[in-house]
Amino acid sequence: MHLPPFETLIDAHATELHRFLVARVGPTEAEDCLQETFMSALRAYPRLRHDANLRAWLYTIAHRKATDVVRRAMRRPSSSLDGIDPAASPAPVAADDGLWADVRALPPKQAAAVVHRFVFDLAFAEIGQRMGTSEEAARRSVHEGLTKLRRRIPHDR
Amino acid sequence: MTDDLERRLTEAPAGDLDLERLRATLAERAGEAGLLDVAYGTYDSPLGPLTVFVTPRGLVRLSYPGEPVEAQVDELAATISPRVMAAPTRTDDVRRQLDAYFAGSRTSFDVPIDWRLVRGFANAVLRATARIPFGGISTYREIAAEAGSPNAYRAAGNALGSNPVPIVVPCHRVLHAGGGLGGYTGGLDRKRYLLALEGVLEA
Repeated sequence: MHLPPFETLIDAHATELHRFLVARVGPTEAEDCLQETFMSALRAYPRLRHDANLRAWLYTIAHRKATDVVRRAMRRPSSSLDGIDPAASPAPVAADDGLWADVRALPPKQAAAVVHRFVFDLAFAEIGQRMGTSEEAARRSVHEGLTKLRRRIPHDR
Repeated sequence: MTDDLERRLTEAPAGDLDLERLRATLAERAGEAGLLDVAYGTYDSPLGPLTVFVTPRGLVRLSYPGEPVEAQVDELAATISPRVMAAPTRTDDVRRQLDAYFAGSRTSFDVPIDWRLVRGFANAVLRATARIPFGGISTYREIAAEAGSPNAYRAAGNALGSNPVPIVVPCHRVLHAGGGLGGYTGGLDRKRYLLALEGVLEA
């Protein structure tokens, strides 16, 4: 048993990771963030345990990269409260971007859990696996995230 | 409870990803950062498409069509390093030299060989083979002797048959003592072609 060639990881997981990152950091930053994810993964790859869950490992890295991007955006003086700098996102804004800006502004764990739960329709056990936590912790993160989103979003929308 | 919020969350924008471009960009960046342990690319030769595999130490494998590239990539991931990616520009030096060789304007290769795939006696056999000059020939027995075991000509034949870098390590220049062509990894037609190119056989 040995680690598969790195390029097969790109083929197998890039599209899905990209979707995760679009939800976490927005379409403008997603591709850069995906590149950084794979570069970090490549750096650490030879030292990885041979029986590691590769997908969960990649999601852990992607989550970390996404969290960095969101934090950077929030620190930017010109950024608005939802953490998105209007000047930095020339890409066409989706109709529901307000909702996704709210998701991005959630604490990172909750944002990731909400994306796994609703964008990928995963069960809590699997979300826990991808985030390196328990099923129970995943359920809690989703619940807390949803509660915050409901409070932010006006009922008549 | 599935409410409006949950429904809208399931309708996330998918985002467009150009996988080909991502692979190319990553290969480029990985190479520059020194994180690519094995890079490969295809070279269209007169003998069919060859696959060139290089490491930071040099050329590690050059393969004729026939063996699936995925299988070779898997094997190199296991034997050299799992940091393997298609990165054709990393093989440009080898490809340029192959171009010149097939065009008749180059008679020796100036690329370092990464010998990690070849151990023991086979290694000695192939290093001896690498010293046979363009236009020259040798025999299995002579090569075995050069490698230190004159009687091990069968083992020498096996080593030549599993040469991971044909053409560049010119195992096609090794023939039977009686004048027969012997065998060849890429098939005898390719051996004849190379010997004709080098002026040993009539074209």
